Formats: sequence, structure tokens, C-alpha cells
Amino acid sequence: MSTPLLEVIDLFCERDERVLFEDLNFSIHPGEVLQVEGPNGSGKTTLLRILSGLSRAYEGQLRWKGQSIDDGRDDFLESLLYFGHLPGVKATLTPEENLRWYAALHPQTDSFSERIFDALEKVGLCGYEDVPCHSLSAGQNRRVSLARLYLSHAPLWILDEPFTAIDKRGVAAKEALIEAHADKGGSVILTTHHELLIKNLRQVSLGTNSPLPEGTSGAIE
Amino acid sequence: MTNQTASDLSLSRVFGMMLKRDLLLAYRRRNDLVSPLVFFLMVATLFPLGVSPEPKFLSEVAAGVVWVAALLSTLLSMDSLFRSDFDDGSLEQMLLSPQPLALLVVAKVCAHWMISGLPLTIMSPLLAVMLFLPSEGMSALILTLLIGTPTLSLIGAIGAGLTVGLRKGGVLITLLVLPLYIPVLIFGTGAVQAATGGLPIAGYLAILGAILALGVVLAPLAIAAALRISVSS
Repeated sequence: MSTPLLEVIDLFCERDERVLFEDLNFSIHPGEVLQVEGPNGSGKTTLLRILSGLSRAYEGQLRWKGQSIDDGRDDFLESLLYFGHLPGVKATLTPEENLRWYAALHPQTDSFSERIFDALEKVGLCGYEDVPCHSLSAGQNRRVSLARLYLSHAPLWILDEPFTAIDKRGVAAKEALIEAHADKGGSVILTTHHELLIKNLRQVSLGTNSPLPEGTSGAIE
Repeated sequence: MTNQTASDLSLSRVFGMMLKRDLLLAYRRRNDLVSPLVFFLMVATLFPLGVSPEPKFLSEVAAGVVWVAALLSTLLSMDSLFRSDFDDGSLEQMLLSPQPLALLVVAKVCAHWMISGLPLTIMSPLLAVMLFLPSEGMSALILTLLIGTPTLSLIGAIGAGLTVGLRKGGVLITLLVLPLYIPVLIFGTGAVQAATGGLPIAGYLAILGAILALGVVLAPLAIAAALRISVSS
């Protein structure tokens, strides 16, 4: 089997003297979609923040393409698209300006005007390109942020609750997008409370209420 | 070789993009820009009313008043430097960018200086005249502010980076940063007083310049580290 893109070995994290997860082991290969499951407060967001490198409050190992994530930091960041709880959209800028700024920061993103307009059209914001984001609705702001998915060439997507405040049609379109990304050999790690209709979906369960047998905890096929 | 040039180009492009974005943001929220300037002006206006309108007395303290007002008004605007980026998640995206964080941070501080320190410096002659600063000290005041205010922005940004994750960082910033501002204040006002007395000021300017050089090199690394800590907790 090929080297996994991202590998999690014996991950342990505690928060406010409460163990969120321990002995967590899983890996993600190119072309896979991994859903992190668990009730509210089980540490899904914390896990994604650790995987993306935003949080260092963990013990254990993260490996990127077989080497330690600290050694492969630059390559990892160039390959990552992170969509967090906070959309990363500036209220005083227009959707187009927001995406252009993101593209400047993340070179693996298309920054051609046509591509940006195209992406905004795909998330249903055609005609809103020049409207400041503070006059858009919460869902539309999430959509501005989601438009990054259409622009990015990053192989690894880490998406934290990408479907929050998105309507049904939007969710279907994003699901198709995630599936297409996996078909092209990309990997997706996401959390969501939606029922996902994606083939090849793998799940990792977090949760304090369901202790798993020693040694097998975490990764469930 | 070609690769090297290309990456240099892209770094300066990223710097320019970041600078332009922050200036644009500031321009779209012009009201926030005015408050440090109004504060600056108010101090200089109220001081003679509160202490003494005597020209002889004022001309002695003018340099100190203008410098302290500039310092406090910079401090006042410091808390907001990373606040909105932290609140809307832009900071996370900056941290996860393959571009060096220190560079992005320098661009932000540079933009901050252009909308706070630079206007203060430009306004300072007006305040100096209101406070009867002797004309020999005028050029020294402008020069020291021009070299000193970027240092204030750089040092203040370290405090802003450390406190951005806290709900109420305003007071803490002051406590963290104010001791580091003191050398800049001492050499800044010292230079103006020396110039008023007809003494050379090259030494003062050299020290202020050295502090700025040190700040430009080291502060971005400290700010970047501070931001990583703030976001990770």
C-alpha cells in the first residue's frame, strides 16, 4: 500500500483536565474521504485544529507523507486547505477581494478573475461580487468561504462543519464537489452532522460515552 | 537563480497584497482612523488649559507632551491590530499560509504605521506650534517621531499578538508594552530638548535608528510567535 498522505499515531489530547481522545490512530490516503464523528464537545474541532497545525496541545505523532509533520511543514501547508468554524471572510471586503486575498496567501489557489467569478457563481453568489460581505447573510458569508474549494488545487482539505448555514441545494453541490475532489486523488477530512451520501466514506468516531476496546480505539472502517 | 528571483518577486507581491488589503480595510472604516488622531489633538489642546498657558512653561514641556501624546495614541490603536483578523478567522488562514508569517505581520504593522504613526508625525508640527516649541526643535521633533513611531508600532504589535486571544487585552497590552516604550520616549524627547538647546542630535537619532533596526529584524519573529501561541490556545 502507498504511503498515507497524513498519518495520526497515538494521538492524545486533553482539555480542561478532561481527556478528549487518547490512543487515536488513523491515516488518510489519496482519494479518501474521512468523516470525524462524535457528539458535541467530543473534540472534533480540536482534532481538526491539531491536524491542520493550528493547535499544538497534543501528544503523539503526526506524519505527513511518511515524515514528521514539522519537517514537512512547508510542503504540508502548500497542500492544505483549511475551512474552520470562522469563515475567514472580512466583512468590509467584497467576496471577490476576499478570495483574491486568500489566493495571494495560498499560492495553490487560482487567482484569475474568470476563475474567481466562476467560483462565486457556482456557490450562488453571482451578482454579489462587489457587495461588501457585511451586507450578505450568514449563509452567504459561509458560501464566500466555500468558494475557495472551487479555486484550490490543494490535495488535502480539512473542513470543519462545512455545511453549517448552507441550504439543501448548496449541501448537495458541496457533496458532489467533495466526491469529485476524492475522485481526482484528493483527500478530505471533515466533520458534519449531515448524513453524507458519499461513496468510499470512512469514519472516525470520537466520544467519551463509548469507550472502545484497548488497541482498536479510534479508527473504524 | 531564476527560482530565487521568482520567489523574491512573489514575496514582495504577497507583502504588497497584504499592505494594500489592510490599507483598504482602514479606508473603508475611516471613522476608526480618526480617533487616535483626535486623541492626539485633544491632549495637546487640553494640556495648556489644565496646567498653564504660559508660553515659557509650555515651550519647555512641548516636546514631552507631543511625544507622550503620540505614544499613548499609538498604544490606543494597538489593540485592534489583530483583533478583527482573529475574530473572523483571517488570522487562522494567515497562520496556515505557506508564506512566511513574519512577512505578513510586517505588512500589517507597516499598514498600521501608515494610518497611525505617519499621520501623527505629519500633525506634530501643528501641535508643536500650539505648545510654543522653539523653532530649533521642530525638525528634531519630526525626525524623532518619524524614526520612533514605527518602533512603537513594532513593539506594540508584539503585545497585541500576545493578547489577541484574550477577551479583554486592552489593559494587559499597556502593561506589557509600556516599559519597552520608555527608551524610545527618553531618546525622542532628549533629542528635541538637545536641539532646542543648540546641541547636536546625531547621537540620539543614531540610537533611535538602532532601536528601529533591531525592531524591524526581531519584532516580526516575536509577533509571529506570539500570534501562533494566541491562536493555538
